[in-house]
Amino acid sequence: MLTSSEQLEKRFTLYKFHSIPDKAHFLNSNKASIRAVVGNASAGADAQLIHQLPNLEIVSSFSVGLDKIDLAKCKERGIRVTNTPDVLTDDVADLAIGLMLAVLRRLCQSDRYVRSGQWKKGDFKLTTKFTGKSVGIIGLGRIGLAIAKRAEAFRCPISYHARTEKSDVNYKYYPSVVELAANCQILVVACALTEETRHIINREVINALGPKGVLINIGRGPHVDEPELVSALVQGRLGGAGLDVFQDEPNVPEELFGLENVVLLPHVGSGTMETRKEMADLVIGNLEAHFLNRPLLTPVL
Amino acid sequence: MDCNGYRQENHDQNLFPKPKVLVLEPPPVFIYHEDKLSQKFHFLKAWDSPLPLDQFLTTHAHSVQAILSHGSCPVTTNTIRLLPSLGLIVTTSAGLDQIDLQECRRRGVSVAYAGSLFSADVADIAVGLLIDALRKISAGNRYVTQGLWANNGDFSLGSKLGGRKVGIVGLGSIGLEVGKRLEPFGCNILYCSRNKKSSVSYPYYSNVCELAANCEVLIICCELNDQTRHVINKEVLLALGKKGLIINVGRGAIIDEQEMVRCLMQGEIAGAGLDVFENEPHVPSELISLDNVVLSPHRAVHTEETLMALVDLVIGNLEAFFSNKPLLSPVLLDE
Repeated sequence: MLTSSEQLEKRFTLYKFHSIPDKAHFLNSNKASIRAVVGNASAGADAQLIHQLPNLEIVSSFSVGLDKIDLAKCKERGIRVTNTPDVLTDDVADLAIGLMLAVLRRLCQSDRYVRSGQWKKGDFKLTTKFTGKSVGIIGLGRIGLAIAKRAEAFRCPISYHARTEKSDVNYKYYPSVVELAANCQILVVACALTEETRHIINREVINALGPKGVLINIGRGPHVDEPELVSALVQGRLGGAGLDVFQDEPNVPEELFGLENVVLLPHVGSGTMETRKEMADLVIGNLEAHFLNRPLLTPVL
Repeated sequence: MDCNGYRQENHDQNLFPKPKVLVLEPPPVFIYHEDKLSQKFHFLKAWDSPLPLDQFLTTHAHSVQAILSHGSCPVTTNTIRLLPSLGLIVTTSAGLDQIDLQECRRRGVSVAYAGSLFSADVADIAVGLLIDALRKISAGNRYVTQGLWANNGDFSLGSKLGGRKVGIVGLGSIGLEVGKRLEPFGCNILYCSRNKKSSVSYPYYSNVCELAANCEVLIICCELNDQTRHVINKEVLLALGKKGLIINVGRGAIIDEQEMVRCLMQGEIAGAGLDVFENEPHVPSELISLDNVVLSPHRAVHTEETLMALVDLVIGNLEAFFSNKPLLSPVLLDE
């Protein structure tokens, strides 16, 4: 089976920007001929890049998040933008629940306990029950709703915060994140990263969640004031955290490494073979549609 | 407390002594909540005595009517025979394979157990181990904390849970809770059990091998008895196949462990999530070396919340017995 790169190379002239040593020189030499950019969660098309590519027609992102793309600039220039919604919803929601179970039931720690031979010396300690814990979700879009449906099967009462209250759900709405954090035991970040939601998890929210509360982040690193989170965890002001995303990936604060109530993952929210293939098909499908003057599959702009 | 108070309490003790309960080995609930339990009962601690068990029983426990036991503590034919006044065994486990039930039946000894108190916690672990094994949560956590993400680049891809056919072996209280939890993940639930359950619409298979051939995940939720010992054998594992995963939250001996290890080493199955083993706390060293296996030290039931509920259940059952009232969670021995 071809990798995404190989598939792109079959159909288009592909430049792997991240592996080009002298990017400025490359752009100068090739800027006129570049008509498309393929981005992902780490890099997309910021204002600077858009400005340097006068013939850019489409940005196709290998992600559902659009925080790495300057949408205003694209709109201004008439550049099309596509992403990969829906195909990754299940995987991200599954991982959110997996992180909740891993943190509360100490799955990683007890796996280590067995591997290191400590079980021969004595039993592992008690952990915290997951069934029935109240779950608060920030952002009730596709991913937030999918998380809610899964958590309900564990008899978790669901509450949420979103820009506006949703009339078609039965979950309790809180008009502020702090109130949501004060009224739930597990808080999940499942909203898009925008100017408004940057550092939506700040000291006040963390304190409201408290020493028995757990934070799960499957959104974007910048949703969280990371130094605040680290100090809260180290000082025991926050009960635990399951994190798939970080401020400056792949760098993760090392103070978190030794904490038994923290699970750290290398941004694997959509990281299954099945879903990555579907995402790749969407990226390529959108590009082909564009260059064949057909309707785009999953346009944002 | 003044002298009069002390004498009064002592006097009451002699008139209404706390009922005696024999403990062979302390269950976790005893370790964590001995104070609460000792307020109501006087415990004879066999494990604490220098005497060998038989001697301890004949010397100190001859008149004892109740035993407090737990999942890994055998209550053998011999023990039961040395206790002529025995009327009740309370076990803190949901499993009963450690108690000689036949001898209990013969002697008219009642047995009380944990019932479905643990079912949610065990189901949570089953789902947790499954997601961990498929999505490499423990392995991914290791990748980050060993500094490999920064140095070696992206972690390897896992496998999607949604759309998978999941076969539950044993659709009792635990199996049902597992099925309920996996439905919104988009899993198709199948099962095999002693009897078909009319209350569920999941497709039923009368034998484990056929179930394994028709699913990609097997979750073991049944009890250990003569019919289920090593029921997961080479044939079943090969039927499960190279993309298959096995999750065990029942008892280690339900799976032919050596065969499973061999299948994992040779790629005949894709991975496993295991809370129980044939010879705890010993775990085969081959499993320790595998990255596609998630290991748990038989802690599926051990949450603080459930242990608190368990203390109350144990006290409730013992009190009921000593006051001739119906047990709260009796085992039906007439099967």
